[in-house]
Amino acid sequence: MSVLIFIDQSEGHIKKASLEVLSYGADIAEKSGIAAEGIILGNVSEDIAALGKYGVKKIYHVDNAALNHFDAQVFTNAIAEVVQRSGAKVIVFSNNVDGKSVAPRLSVKLKAGLVSGAVALPDTSNGFIVKKTVFSGKAFANIALNTDIKIIALNPNSFSVNTGGEGSAEVVKTDVKVEEAKVKVTSVNKVKGEVPLSEADIVVSGGRGLKGPENWGMIEELATLLGAATACSRPVADTHWRPHHEHVGQTGLAIAPNLYIAIGISGAIQHLAGVNRSKIIVVINKDPEAPFFKAADYGIVGDAFEVVPRLIEEIKKVKGVA
Amino acid sequence: MKILVCISKAPDTTTKIAFTDNNTKFAADGVQWIINPYDEWYALVRAIELKEKDPSTIIHLVTVGEADAEPVIRKALALGGDEAIRVNAGSGDSYYIASQIAAIAGQGAYDLIFTGKETIDYNGSSIGGMVSELLNLPYVSLAIKFELNGASAAITREIEGGEEVCEVGLPVVVSCQKGMAEARIPNMRGIMAARTKPLKVVEPAAVDSLTSIVSFELPPAKAGVKLVPADNPAELVRLLHEEAKAF
Repeated sequence: MSVLIFIDQSEGHIKKASLEVLSYGADIAEKSGIAAEGIILGNVSEDIAALGKYGVKKIYHVDNAALNHFDAQVFTNAIAEVVQRSGAKVIVFSNNVDGKSVAPRLSVKLKAGLVSGAVALPDTSNGFIVKKTVFSGKAFANIALNTDIKIIALNPNSFSVNTGGEGSAEVVKTDVKVEEAKVKVTSVNKVKGEVPLSEADIVVSGGRGLKGPENWGMIEELATLLGAATACSRPVADTHWRPHHEHVGQTGLAIAPNLYIAIGISGAIQHLAGVNRSKIIVVINKDPEAPFFKAADYGIVGDAFEVVPRLIEEIKKVKGVA
Repeated sequence: MKILVCISKAPDTTTKIAFTDNNTKFAADGVQWIINPYDEWYALVRAIELKEKDPSTIIHLVTVGEADAEPVIRKALALGGDEAIRVNAGSGDSYYIASQIAAIAGQGAYDLIFTGKETIDYNGSSIGGMVSELLNLPYVSLAIKFELNGASAAITREIEGGEEVCEVGLPVVVSCQKGMAEARIPNMRGIMAARTKPLKVVEPAAVDSLTSIVSFELPPAKAGVKLVPADNPAELVRLLHEEAKAF
């Protein structure tokens, strides 16, 4: 009996989302009085044993270069083999790009109920019930998992990383059968030097109120200053002022940063659906009737072209940046 | 080339979300149903584009739902597609729905199975992955570009912080998102033609859901916005830094 946590890596580095699921899975294990174990597939350049500080006692490491590139089918079979050997009863993924791809396959393979988009620890007082977002963040559903093995895919940025822990995990080198991937990756194109939107703690986002792509300089400056990612509303992406991968909202990316700063975005319900899980929302808009103010924590009614440069100056003072 | 496109109905994106029966059921009264945007704008339209390039392509649509799903599947047929199949089933979880689709897909010898990346109501993003496992097929999720090269496909998919291009032999299951195709609206000819296109109704396979919905809840209301005067951005910075500890 154990909780098995899938530790997602990219190019040998452990993803931030993996630290959240490690903390989350360890918490489940502790509350149920069973062991927390991790699984890593592929070559890793970081200290795996050090992940023990998040509460995981043992980590199965399949140190096989054939697993360096994610493939849903190959990963499903590898994970299933480790599940069988370890006797895991709860399997935890991040509901990130890889998790969304492999967790449903594993659910079928193991006939294990899946909750994707979980936002809280399971309630085990009467069965095994996990809360998840539905209706694009406009509501939650409590889902009962009615199978012996249970799979949870945790939404990124919805569980705090346990930073106070100590200890090191036992790393168990593990061999599994790895078949050849039917999907061949031919090129990878990562936006260098920018914070990936899905992993960003702070997001600065611009809308039509900015009037044109030439005015994004101050958005980028504010974002750089805060170590933030940049995002935009749908009309901005549709008119190609900004690239599509920056589009947040119902039909774009759904994000949940700690701080979301919306500049010149009115806050249509479709936009809110993509950002309403942000912990703190700041809205800067010259229209006091903009619906976004109803969903905001802090706001300034004013012209972005006057407010944002002054905001940048004030943040520089607080950060001690010249 | 034979393509199966999975279509789900979903509440219109402006729907006010509410629940009935002691918060156990979605309040569907008066709700305007649409084709789930990812299924329509990206999965279905990309399939139609492939057919426009190669008219011998056959497109089938599949939906799992009761008779009230038919207006939505007719609307999908008005956009394009040769025939539709409705699996006459009520509610079930992702595993149940995926099993129904896999049962249809398994009989049709499809080269491509397209789904949207998720539905905008239950946001499971699971159907594509589950169908691919049920059929033991490769799966490429979150596709933003799709090109056919004979018996294989070049697919660009989203990864964290960028994208990657991959090659995969057919058949394959692909979940589609923004970038795959440009949204279009049905024209009058399409709407007329849709009325006479075959819509087959089949009974569901006997499968049990693995999960069940216990209850719904709405997020707690926000305490209300704290407005800072436009001439005092320093106060906003102070609140974010000291009160909210946001940076």
